[in-house]
Amino acid sequence: MMTARNEGLEVRDLRKSFVIGGGLLRRAAATIRAVNGVSFRVAPGESLGLVGESGCGKSTIARSILRLMELDAGSVTFDGIDVRAASRVVLRQLRQRMQIVFQDPYSSLNPRRTVRQALEEPLRVHRRGSSREIAEKAQAAIAEVGLPKDVVDRYPHEFSGGQRQRIGIARALVLDPDLIIADEPVSALDVSVQAQILRLLEGLRARRRLSFLFVSHDLGVVRHFCDRLAVMYLGRIVEEGRTADVLDRPMHPYTRLLRDSSPLPDPGARIALPAFAGEAPSPAAPPPGCPFHPRCDRADPKCREELPAIRSLAENRLGACHHPMTASCEHTAASS
Amino acid sequence: MDQAVAAKEQVAAADAAVLDIRGLRTEFRIGGQWHAAVRDLSLALRANETLAIVGESGSGKSVTALSALRLLPSAGARIAAGAVMFDGRDLTKLSEAEMSDVRGNAIAMIFQEPMTSLNPTMAIGDQIAEAIVIHRGAAWSSARAQALRLLDEVKIPAAATRLDDYPHQFSGGMRQRVMIAMALACRPQVLLADEPTTALDVTIQAQVLRQLAELKRAYGMAVLFITHNLGVVAQIADRVAVMYAGEIVEAASVADLFARPTHPYTAALLRAMPRVDRDAAGLEPIPGGVPALTAMPTGCFFAPRCPLRQASCTAQHPELLRFPNGHEVRCPVVLAEAAR
Repeated sequence: MMTARNEGLEVRDLRKSFVIGGGLLRRAAATIRAVNGVSFRVAPGESLGLVGESGCGKSTIARSILRLMELDAGSVTFDGIDVRAASRVVLRQLRQRMQIVFQDPYSSLNPRRTVRQALEEPLRVHRRGSSREIAEKAQAAIAEVGLPKDVVDRYPHEFSGGQRQRIGIARALVLDPDLIIADEPVSALDVSVQAQILRLLEGLRARRRLSFLFVSHDLGVVRHFCDRLAVMYLGRIVEEGRTADVLDRPMHPYTRLLRDSSPLPDPGARIALPAFAGEAPSPAAPPPGCPFHPRCDRADPKCREELPAIRSLAENRLGACHHPMTASCEHTAASS
Repeated sequence: MDQAVAAKEQVAAADAAVLDIRGLRTEFRIGGQWHAAVRDLSLALRANETLAIVGESGSGKSVTALSALRLLPSAGARIAAGAVMFDGRDLTKLSEAEMSDVRGNAIAMIFQEPMTSLNPTMAIGDQIAEAIVIHRGAAWSSARAQALRLLDEVKIPAAATRLDDYPHQFSGGMRQRVMIAMALACRPQVLLADEPTTALDVTIQAQVLRQLAELKRAYGMAVLFITHNLGVVAQIADRVAVMYAGEIVEAASVADLFARPTHPYTAALLRAMPRVDRDAAGLEPIPGGVPALTAMPTGCFFAPRCPLRQASCTAQHPELLRFPNGHEVRCPVVLAEAAR
């Protein structure tokens, strides 16, 4: 079922800007650097979580890897193949190996097509076998995501949110991909169903040795699903490392703010926020120096002037901060 | 909490309920028949208290709030039984004119998406002032001055320069603060908040939650806070009611609920929630889904998904029972176990 061992996904120095304004209303046009020099790697079988708040650029990255959106600069290679330079023929092959699962599968499923049609279409497009083989493949995918056989002749509107997400996952699976890019795949689901889908994805990942780029705003979900974690802020990765390490001992103050703002189901652990936590600045007018400095309790003049480059802060830890936190800083922050 | 305190609290509850929902039953017409979306729901909301209703989609938590405010659609929905007592009157019996005098005045509300409640073509200072003029009969200039004070109070930076800005010029978090300022304009006794932080980023959510807690104290408001997020409940609530399939299945103080989740559904929800502070090897999904309004099981509504299900559970529908630990729980199986 699997292709030979591949080299995984590698992205280097991705950049993507959007221009807003201008046009009829004659407002001054502004350039938003949605993704501003992002690099990471997803090894075969690995799950990398990409987290951050709205507007940080995480979904733009997810889409541009599949060239659902063209990048301004940077390179994307999958299994050694340059995705951005790929010809149409090569891109078609690549897209069989990299599939995407969206937050709301309803918007990506054609309401007039049955589940069978939705699942068989990619197999037909890519000419994967005879009609009978294709039908069997679709049935197998439905069984694999835990849906009963008879759903194949029903339409998307007949299903609950959780069942629809299972259909979305089944459609991603029919081509036997190596990598799944999941863009907030459980964010629209109720907690009880969310856990069902997470467990399903875990099983698939282990059984098929799938790699995941898992985009999410929910640190609890990411902690549960991802080996490694990359935290984004205003178009840049500010910290990256093993998920549990990063969340238990964050070294970038933004990671700490994000973690401490995530509500725990424990009234004894109510959030104590720094008074100036504030809001993220507009990506159209990022502050000079470190983009996080206006919200940071550790900022000094250097942070206001000089953009910190991402570098190795410790073993298995990258970060973009002039004054990364150590265990003792964490303590002072919690007691202040 | 010791028993004396618990007993005292019960007495206080009976005395000081600002909003008292009694035996509410709200129905929707589906395929020509009426089906209950909320049934036999009683809640007493006290001053200076945040009562959280937590539940998943279809639990009836929002329908409860819309029923209390009489904001249900005029066709296809009805309050079939019960009373909503406020200020000595039953809100379900008021005329529409009387009700619109209560709404946004003594009882205010905020919703998940502030853009749908704000007028996009009107400066926010004017929108807040308008509410004060309409409900309180204030002069326009003094209403504008109050609007500025309210925006300051909800911590809109440089509020004086933003009175004449339009809703689209604010970020999502700032819009929700504007909504809160507008809700406070008439010094409400009750604030109904339906998923007010769900659309916000977590760092903004944390700030808005803290602000709501401060304002509750400052105004002595009774806050009914509706959410699907148990983490948010733990952050904001004084008391909690857990809803499932249109009913309260467990109610307790926030400390007790999280220390001793007693109904099998509450316990299962907590086991299904991934936490940011620990590796969740034991994340346990709840099998199946919420039953449709038109296909409620006989007996306990949670029985088809319940790990503790017994034969009796599918035969008879359980009552809400008071437990030795002070919780109200709709589960005789757990009560029998607790008594042993």
